[in-house]
Amino acid sequence: MADKDKRSTGGKLPPGVKTKLKAPMATLPPGAKSGGDGAPSGLTRSDFVSDQDVRWCPGCGDYAVLATVQRLMPELGIPREKIVFISGIGCSSRFPYYMNAYGMHSIHGRAPTIATGLKATRPDLDIWVVTGDGDSLSIGGNHIIHLMRRNVNLQVLLFNNQIYGLTKGQYSPTSEVGKITKSTPFGSIDHPFNPTALVLGAEASFVGRTMDRDPKHMKEMFRMAHDHAGTGFVEIYQNCNIFNDAAFFVYTEKATKKERTIFIEHGKPLVYAGETKGLRLEGFHLESVDLDTGSWSVADCVVYDETSIELASIMARVFWHEELPQPFGVFYRERRETYEEQLQQQIESVIDRDGKGTLEDLLHAGDTWTIA
Amino acid sequence: MTKNIESLSEATVLFAGDSGDGMQLAGTQFTLATAYAMNDLATLPDFPAEIRAPAGTTYGISGFQLRFGSTDIRTPGDEVDLLVAMNPAALKVNLSRVRIGGTILVNGNAFDKRSLDLAGLESNPLEDGSLDRYRLISVELTRLTRETLVDSGLKQKDIDRSKNMFALGMSLWMYSRPLDPALDWISNKFAKNEQIRDANLKLLRKGFHFGETTEQFAVRYEISPAKMQPGTYRAIQGIHALAMGLVAAGERSGLTIFYASYPITPASDLLHALSRYKNYGVMTMQTEDEIAAIGAAIGAGFGGNIGITGTSGPGLALKTEAAGLALITELPVVIVNVMRGGPSTGLPTKTEQSDLLQAMFGRSGDSPLPVLAASTPGDCFETAYEACRIAVNYMTPVILLVDGYLANGSEPWMIPDVDSLKPFDVRFAEAADDEETFLPYSRDDKTLARRWAKPGTPGLEHRIGGLEKENETGNISYEGDNHELMTHLRAEKVERVLAEIPPLDVFGDKSGDVLVIGWGSTRGAIEAAVAQARSAGNKVGSVHLRFLNPLTSEIAEIAGRFKQLLVPELNNGQLVRILRDRFLLPFVPFNKIQGRPFRASEIVGAIEEMIV
Ligand code: SF4
Repeated sequence: MADKDKRSTGGKLPPGVKTKLKAPMATLPPGAKSGGDGAPSGLTRSDFVSDQDVRWCPGCGDYAVLATVQRLMPELGIPREKIVFISGIGCSSRFPYYMNAYGMHSIHGRAPTIATGLKATRPDLDIWVVTGDGDSLSIGGNHIIHLMRRNVNLQVLLFNNQIYGLTKGQYSPTSEVGKITKSTPFGSIDHPFNPTALVLGAEASFVGRTMDRDPKHMKEMFRMAHDHAGTGFVEIYQNCNIFNDAAFFVYTEKATKKERTIFIEHGKPLVYAGETKGLRLEGFHLESVDLDTGSWSVADCVVYDETSIELASIMARVFWHEELPQPFGVFYRERRETYEEQLQQQIESVIDRDGKGTLEDLLHAGDTWTIA
Repeated sequence: MTKNIESLSEATVLFAGDSGDGMQLAGTQFTLATAYAMNDLATLPDFPAEIRAPAGTTYGISGFQLRFGSTDIRTPGDEVDLLVAMNPAALKVNLSRVRIGGTILVNGNAFDKRSLDLAGLESNPLEDGSLDRYRLISVELTRLTRETLVDSGLKQKDIDRSKNMFALGMSLWMYSRPLDPALDWISNKFAKNEQIRDANLKLLRKGFHFGETTEQFAVRYEISPAKMQPGTYRAIQGIHALAMGLVAAGERSGLTIFYASYPITPASDLLHALSRYKNYGVMTMQTEDEIAAIGAAIGAGFGGNIGITGTSGPGLALKTEAAGLALITELPVVIVNVMRGGPSTGLPTKTEQSDLLQAMFGRSGDSPLPVLAASTPGDCFETAYEACRIAVNYMTPVILLVDGYLANGSEPWMIPDVDSLKPFDVRFAEAADDEETFLPYSRDDKTLARRWAKPGTPGLEHRIGGLEKENETGNISYEGDNHELMTHLRAEKVERVLAEIPPLDVFGDKSGDVLVIGWGSTRGAIEAAVAQARSAGNKVGSVHLRFLNPLTSEIAEIAGRFKQLLVPELNNGQLVRILRDRFLLPFVPFNKIQGRPFRASEIVGAIEEMIV
């Protein structure tokens, strides 16, 4: 029965979840000014720079992500004291130390758990989980999937560099088969994870991908993830120039970026390579077509719909494909009640039903007797 | 017919049957009736490892033992006066616990060839003379139940499953317990299903009247109310007292109680209890694993709440790394460990005290934290409250040890006066004008607690984490001298908790031949043993420790007044190692590792052996 319900709503809602919410989408904590384009907080980028020296290797892609987040923060209009960065372990997990906000650099893979406990009890906070491919897909794999299905309202920035950097160069769960690293001198035999497909399978409500070399796109992705009420997951292709240099250059560098990537946007046709190419659906398969030979036009290309789990599933599976461009942008977005909203609502409904209990009530509940 | 009425000062009853026979229910209802009769009592539920083992086998036997009396009752009883055995396997498993001359009440219909085979019995004990030394009452429970419910409209299977009510009715009659509590309970429980409700009510009454009328029961027992301290009482199970202690901590501190847990036997009952308390301001979360549970508790603690997680032995092992994080970030987190037999999966449904060393030392690095243990079902309330208070006042994770026996056991409990509970000292940091930069690791002079600045406080933005901190600033520091200083500060902070420990109460003789030192659920057995040994003319005393870390040096002072030191534990010797290490005195271990609590007589034996 549950399965049937699920199919009938396009797989977007778990059974029992209301599709209409009482309140408008609560993307901002109560009391915060509405964010995004409208009302800046009066703070600037430098207000979010902490007094700690940044210790990443020179040339590391992490710098660009940090700068982008620090630039975005003032635009979101959230008071600085309401912002919390929580990370696990790894190069990228040093991130909270460099942000002048509240933060916790926790233990390997567990940032989602700490963030969940914090958000559950403090829905007023704006929480960002910073993690890497080893942190969230290996040691913390269990937590990342459960975070997605619970849909806690926070953002996850997954720095994917396809390598273990902090431990000095072992292959990671996103490394390609055959990768030669310190721990795989004869090549890795592990089949890699596809992070976007993984989280989609884990019932993520917002899935995006961006790259360290495109700050403008990154910023937009982070903003959209932030404005999403629910878990906003963004995978960032991040270059580790020390242990895995150029891993994504085919997608991020000028010479090949145009031909080998596609930036997907809701409501827009899937075109790339300066609109000389597009993607059309042939059955369940995407096919790249030339738009300047006259055989195909933009009208033949798929108009992307980020609310379609089917399209998102097809798109997420375009992964290091030889003939198709690698997609970047928002793969999927759905409004589903958040974990902390439901937790709160349940408490309120029990109080409505039974009244607020006092300790005295509790202690004296049931059968008591008195000895004089 | 007229019955002989005999007065007793105490009795021990054991209900035993298949796990589907409803023995826990019968035992709980008998307990409730006994509480109504104002006897003191102690219980020992004994669960099989299998949820539903094949019916009739010995490994599927579930038991509920209860001792009650007009005197001070500290243990669930060494020997059973009445065994109610629903089948041959239940009889076989529990016969050795019945006192010679005790009463055995069996379901006579259950002793057919097949059931005897299932229990691995070659001959029928009801006929082969093996029960000659006991008073055997064989009642055709299955037949009587079926006859009683012939018109009930219930299916045969449901009818047969209700025979525990008939047995309960007979037992209540036998010990002159009131029938009303069980009648009320049934009426409430099955309010929505009249058919089941009426069937159960009918059976219960029928069982009671059967006792009255049958000639098989020649005697009826009476036990007068116990003399207890004036106050309002209720019967309480350890795990519920614990849950209420946490709620009390929330109420008195003004902080939200956030409880995160992953299902594990026997700690799951705490999650069940707390998840019903939504209207008492408790938040609960069932997480994806043990690590997530403590992670979420740490997150809640960071956010200005009391983060709590609960588990049992192997789950505590999984939480180890995160406990270290709570320790170095100095956040208030309470970790409840309802201990069971170990190592590994061990004996999930059996009790043991074998996680003390894990609680004390089971983390990487030098990582002391306060460890507390509750000693009776009712004491779980105050110890849980105290664990939360110390976690908050000292900004530290605290481990609270209870065990399966305490968690599942019940006793009459004098409801505490909430106002008499010690106050919390909740001080959230606020930005001060004269403060240039906020120092998250600056400390309170007295407790050494660091400052608690919760996210959302303007001007106090700061970062904490698992890397070593620079003293005061909390910045990352790899400097050797600083690490040594921080290690000492963290240890010293735990030692400061000594200020919270009241003077130890010596039970029995204040000086003499043997001092018994215990912790956790062994309190009842130890004190009963000390009382027995003293009435035999020995000079014996005991102390019971709630605080295992820090350890009060008063132990050494008291130990100095006795010739010998005995440390009984339900493990292979854990507290004894800590005591020897700390006080360099000849503490003698006495251990039982059978998944069951001590009998008082076992400890008496150990005491006497030392004196001779
Ligand atoms: S090791 Fe790689 S990921 Fe880590 S800081 Fe250096 S360049 Fe960046």
